[in-house]
Amino acid sequence: MSSNQEGPRPSAATPVMIDGNEAAAYVAHKLNEVIAIYPITPSSNMGEWADEWSANGKQNIWGTVPLVIEMQSEGGAAGAIHGALQAGSLATTFTASQGLLLMIPNMFKIAGELTPTVFHIAARTVATHALSIFGDHSDVMSTRSTGWGMLSSCSVQEVMDFACIAQAATLESRLPFLHFFDGFRTSHEVMKIQELSDEQLRAMVDDDMILAHRKRALTPDNPVIRGTAQNPDVFFQSRERCNTYYTACPGIVEKAMQKFETVTGRRYELFEYVGAPDAERVVIVMGSGAETVHDTVEYLANKGEKVGVLKVRLYRPFSLEHFLAALPKSVKTIGVLDRCKEPGAAGEPLYMDVITSLGTAQQNGTLPFASMPRVVGGRYGLSSKEFTPAMVKAVFDELKKPSPKNGFTVGINDDVTHTSLVYDPTFSVEGEEVKRALFFGLGADGTVGANKNSIKIIGEETPFYAQGYFVYDSKKSGSTTTSHLRFGPKQLKTPYLIDRANFIACHQWFFLEKYNVLEAAAPGSVFLLNSLYGPDVVWNHLPRVTQETILEKKIQLYVIDAYKVATATGMGGRINTIMQTCFFAISGVLPKDEAIAAIKNSIKKTYGKKGEHVVQKNYEAVDQTLANLFAVKVPDKVSSTIELPPVVSPQAPAFVQRTTAPIIAGKGDTMPVSLLPEDGTYPVGTTQWEKRNIALEIPVWEPDICIQCNKCALVCPHAAIRVKVYDGAALANAPETFKSMEYKGVEYKGLKYTVQTAPEDCTGCNLCVEVCPAKSKREVKVKAINMKPQEPLRLPERLNYDFFLNLPEVDRRTVRTDTVKGTQFFQPLFEYSGACSGCGETPYVKLASQLFGDRMIVANATGCSSIYGGNLPTTPWTANNEGRGPAWANSLFEDNAEFGLGIRLTIDKNLEMAQELVRHLAGAIGQDLTMAILGAKQSDEAGIHEQRERVDVLKKKLAGMQEAEAKRLLSLADYLVKKSIWIMGGDGWAYDIGFGGLDHVLASGRNVNILVLDTEVYSNTGGQMSKATPRSAVAKFAASGKPTSKKDLAMIAMSYGNVYVAKVAMGSNDAQTIRAFLEAEAYDGPSIIIAYSHCIAHGIDMARGMTNQKVAVETGYWQLFRYNPLLAHEGKNPFKLDSKAPSKSLKEFTSLETRFRMLEKSHPDRAKELGAQAQADVKERWALYEQYAHDGGTAAPEKVEEKQ
Amino acid sequence: MDLSTYYLGKRLKNPLVPSASPLSRNIDSMKRLEDAGAAAIVMYSLFEEQIEHESFEIDHYLSYGTQSYAEALTYFPEAKEYNLEPDQYLELLRKASESLEVPVIGSLNGVSTGGWVKYAKHMEEAGADALELNVYYIPTDPALAGDDVEARYLDVLHAVKSTVAIPVAVKLSPYFTALANVAQRLVNAGADGLVLFNRFYQPDININELEVTPHVHLSDSSASTLPMRWVAILHSRIKASLAATSGIHTSDDVIKLLMAGADVTMMCSALLKRGPEHLKEVLEGLEKWMFEHEYVSVEQMKGSMSHKSVHDPSAFERANYMKALNRYKLLM
Repeated sequence: MSSNQEGPRPSAATPVMIDGNEAAAYVAHKLNEVIAIYPITPSSNMGEWADEWSANGKQNIWGTVPLVIEMQSEGGAAGAIHGALQAGSLATTFTASQGLLLMIPNMFKIAGELTPTVFHIAARTVATHALSIFGDHSDVMSTRSTGWGMLSSCSVQEVMDFACIAQAATLESRLPFLHFFDGFRTSHEVMKIQELSDEQLRAMVDDDMILAHRKRALTPDNPVIRGTAQNPDVFFQSRERCNTYYTACPGIVEKAMQKFETVTGRRYELFEYVGAPDAERVVIVMGSGAETVHDTVEYLANKGEKVGVLKVRLYRPFSLEHFLAALPKSVKTIGVLDRCKEPGAAGEPLYMDVITSLGTAQQNGTLPFASMPRVVGGRYGLSSKEFTPAMVKAVFDELKKPSPKNGFTVGINDDVTHTSLVYDPTFSVEGEEVKRALFFGLGADGTVGANKNSIKIIGEETPFYAQGYFVYDSKKSGSTTTSHLRFGPKQLKTPYLIDRANFIACHQWFFLEKYNVLEAAAPGSVFLLNSLYGPDVVWNHLPRVTQETILEKKIQLYVIDAYKVATATGMGGRINTIMQTCFFAISGVLPKDEAIAAIKNSIKKTYGKKGEHVVQKNYEAVDQTLANLFAVKVPDKVSSTIELPPVVSPQAPAFVQRTTAPIIAGKGDTMPVSLLPEDGTYPVGTTQWEKRNIALEIPVWEPDICIQCNKCALVCPHAAIRVKVYDGAALANAPETFKSMEYKGVEYKGLKYTVQTAPEDCTGCNLCVEVCPAKSKREVKVKAINMKPQEPLRLPERLNYDFFLNLPEVDRRTVRTDTVKGTQFFQPLFEYSGACSGCGETPYVKLASQLFGDRMIVANATGCSSIYGGNLPTTPWTANNEGRGPAWANSLFEDNAEFGLGIRLTIDKNLEMAQELVRHLAGAIGQDLTMAILGAKQSDEAGIHEQRERVDVLKKKLAGMQEAEAKRLLSLADYLVKKSIWIMGGDGWAYDIGFGGLDHVLASGRNVNILVLDTEVYSNTGGQMSKATPRSAVAKFAASGKPTSKKDLAMIAMSYGNVYVAKVAMGSNDAQTIRAFLEAEAYDGPSIIIAYSHCIAHGIDMARGMTNQKVAVETGYWQLFRYNPLLAHEGKNPFKLDSKAPSKSLKEFTSLETRFRMLEKSHPDRAKELGAQAQADVKERWALYEQYAHDGGTAAPEKVEEKQ
Repeated sequence: MDLSTYYLGKRLKNPLVPSASPLSRNIDSMKRLEDAGAAAIVMYSLFEEQIEHESFEIDHYLSYGTQSYAEALTYFPEAKEYNLEPDQYLELLRKASESLEVPVIGSLNGVSTGGWVKYAKHMEEAGADALELNVYYIPTDPALAGDDVEARYLDVLHAVKSTVAIPVAVKLSPYFTALANVAQRLVNAGADGLVLFNRFYQPDININELEVTPHVHLSDSSASTLPMRWVAILHSRIKASLAATSGIHTSDDVIKLLMAGADVTMMCSALLKRGPEHLKEVLEGLEKWMFEHEYVSVEQMKGSMSHKSVHDPSAFERANYMKALNRYKLLM
């Protein structure tokens, strides 16, 4: 972009600090009438903005509030938009990745019908060997053949500008446009940009074109038909009929860009060249990477290098003429950079376009160069991999070689096929005028929020250009955040992380003990540390590496005890405002008083709506901060003996040491290709090596009070509190503080019993304490489980836990499976996940792993459970001592039921083939064994055990046989042991995007177990409404409360008659939950369990999640029942209502949760109306279920009693 | 017959005033109270904790777990505005003072002199005819002396009086060593009236769950003897209005308290139990009794049996206890 300040222009709005998603949504909302949305990272925010603005009555430039609707999938959104466009409105949607792939069929149609629209895409990696939420062009490149215009934005300003240009161009050209920008890097980067005013937008959009579009609408007042079916005679010719539109399109876009320049002063071209006019080496690139190349080219060109960059703006239709005209005549070597990978292709897409274009020009004789340039292609930046000036330099250096590498990669170390270019990571083009600040914080301490405020202040209150980018780790609890803030006098073209900071703040002391936070510190930089230790003593507590770095880089150290200030000012654990004030005080970006005033102004803006008091408390925190901020006089010698601990225990297996540990340590970027599996297959059981130590307090067991109910172990979301029974003789080697007591029941009489916490894996959620029913007779506040500070317990409990784990597991055959107590003696094969502290889903997942884990395959829909289940570096799915455990895979979001069914079909087929072979080989196997294997019941743990023993004998026999059939049977023999197929996912999958498949699988009659972890919103993408969301709850996309009631998925499933259906809530009736799991698994047909899962997205006290579940059932908000078709076969009523009639008003539940209470605050009248309807829903639903329970002759709801 | 009385400098058509209760949580039931004959209405209490903590709580739950995980940077949409409890209270007060003919008294409940005190001013601006300051405080700290506790009451009163021009009544607990002295000091500090007394919710113990449970126990007429004594003692000794509350259920209760010296009698439990319309019955009962006993006005009756007016003032004093004890012994 370049600026042309001449000429009169419509009034422009003031500069704003926003991210790419907001910029796109801003224009889209201003220039559309109908918006269909569906959440998918990293584009969800665009839909959220649109929904929020419409809910708040914000109008588009024509004075009407756009209609926003959430659909059940991106396919649905595309379909709805196709319809809306056909009916003549201005319509749009936003998406990314798999979502865009689901839109492709409609995109072909929309383009084929020459329909103007702009879809805004936060470009994201398409899942291959793994899912990735991060950015590259693999999704948008998959749509190349749809016939859409494709316009690429490189920066947040361009996102706003191109959103507008695309709209103007689509209306005139009639080609639909994909407007895309890099997911996260641009969609989530906060930048100071010029907002387009309504006047500017009006000036860009030609009303006549809109009228022409509306005139083409389907209407009975002027009927036409579209979407005909055509035959070989005319289809081909018809397809060529649109060519003129494609020929005209680049000119139209160019015209729109020229008009945009007159309106705003900002100039763009279809292909934009920057660099030396006589450049010999040119890089061609699209997206945010072009900014990095641009900056690097300017730096190198200033040093006299003949280099340049060609930024591709309009990728489709690809204009040969404009492309050739934009390249400097002097070019000799071209490097084309693609942000995607097409394995097996002759080259990546942009590379092939360039080659084709040059080849065509050469053939046509229109090549404007002395000779055909040499062209090489390379890949960079997959899944948001960093792309820095150092890498750009490496590309230009490569282009200088006589035979530059083709198909190279840059930014990684490919030690397998040696595609990668070597680069010098110390190379930098950033000038001293750019200030760079890096902040390490915890998700929970508000660091990111404060930094978003800080950069907004700098951007909006000073003449500086400013940029903020925020990095999060892959955990949902105790996650680390890194904030990268830059500001300076010139526009920033730095879409990459800070690697030499002038200012580093560490908001949590314990980070120092994990890694060197000063690695990216520039010499002479400032280090602000939140420290319990004051300026006089802090030095002696710093790890050696920190001291060394401070001295080596001559870093100025400041300390503040932010938690002390937070406590003194009533801020609790929120240190955000305090650390923000320190940053401004030290950095001097604004004069002190102005900075304080700006912070306070920002506090007022952020918190003002939520009441004066919270504003005042923040003001107090600001006022008290400076008196507590101290410069530290740094000694001149390193004195510390504190070393950083190893990332994982030396006992960890080789794979974990080699591959997992560097990822945990944040060194994944430097890992060579060879260290990673070829096909995305990873070993299980790796969370155990990632000792996160995130709990401030952990549960401590009091044997004297314990009644051995095992409920603590049942509800633990992280399998961090466990129980065992064992022979007392084992205690001989027990650590000193290991606790034990006599087992109280008859089944293990004479054995010892222990409840043990995993001190370094516990997240401190408190659910175990909450459900513990045993209270001290002397002091009721003391329970059998109580929370105590973790730090002093860490070492002794680590020893105790190691000892505990080494105690033998209980023999599964001896366990009373149908009791809460019994189930908890089964080893959890799902442990220490990165789910939210106090998660309501994982207790169910863990329970399934305990009951069936050693013969279980899990098909997991994308969502929270696939993230805490399978997000690198580690997985909570694990194996038992025999090496058996759940095998797990995630296919997609929308296809999980089908994926699971496919697994079932193979298992069934394998079993069938194995049984056939057993029969064929009966003579060799022996008749008794054959009969026993084929006739095995396997209906309980003993039956499974016996079958395993038979299969072992069989395998031994087969091992000695040479026949092909024997070898085949050997490969299939394990399938003779019953396998348990579990299809898991959240309500977004089951109720919405995957419902069609789920319904089909239910109808298949096949033996699959479906577990719906029903949080009643799309939790993983940030709480968007699903069809499981209850009436009156506030969710994203339902900002004014969901007006309709929750879909009754159970009732739909029951309508088949042959599906086992259960609705459970562990916090209300754990025995019923266990019964449902056992019955579902035992049922030889489809089963579905709908499990109420409290969730952080409900806005609740997560420590009381199980209590909320209890109240949900008591008020009738959630009902417990089981529908077992087997009972119908016995002539009984298959439907058993396991909960009692509502004994409390719905309000007693809804008042516990912010999702409902928020509506009372935001829309009080609507809250009353929807609240009354929701109460009526409860009554109606209960009456219906009660009728079901009675109709079959069951007089009263059967209560599931705990059998102990 | 003249039922009118003066309370907090205002002439009320009768001495029946519903005290702070859930019945004043919406305009409809306040209307019903007015229709049943209420001479003024004390609105439910706005608590210091509500003012201070609600905004914190909203901020806490809306921001809990946010900006931590790349896919879910927030969990809720941002609302255009949040109608916080204090705002809703003021809105209701505004509506009530516009649509009701009887005076509306705002009620503020708190124990400190923090920022919440400014809601007194907001209530005045919203149209409150007077304020009732409900200092609901259980001094659990053994280090806190009686003087300190009393000082708190005075500090809160000072803070409120310095911000508003409308009359302010203080609702007291009966648990003072020298209640008359406290009453006098509050009046000296500017209290325009005293409301006797606060009834604290008493905790209960659930012996099966081993939990302390809040216990809401509605009063009956027997509870009225406590305010009766102190109204009788304070009547005409202090220069401030006296409102009697606790255990006022029947017209007899009203008559007794008026005779003891109350300017108004306030009802809560009786109306919660029997509905706003019960007030009409009490009013009719009062008129009937006065007619039958040839009283011409409430003023005539007011204080006629106060400590100062009765033949044997000791009946309101310790001697009362002695006599009762003696009689008990005789019965043995």
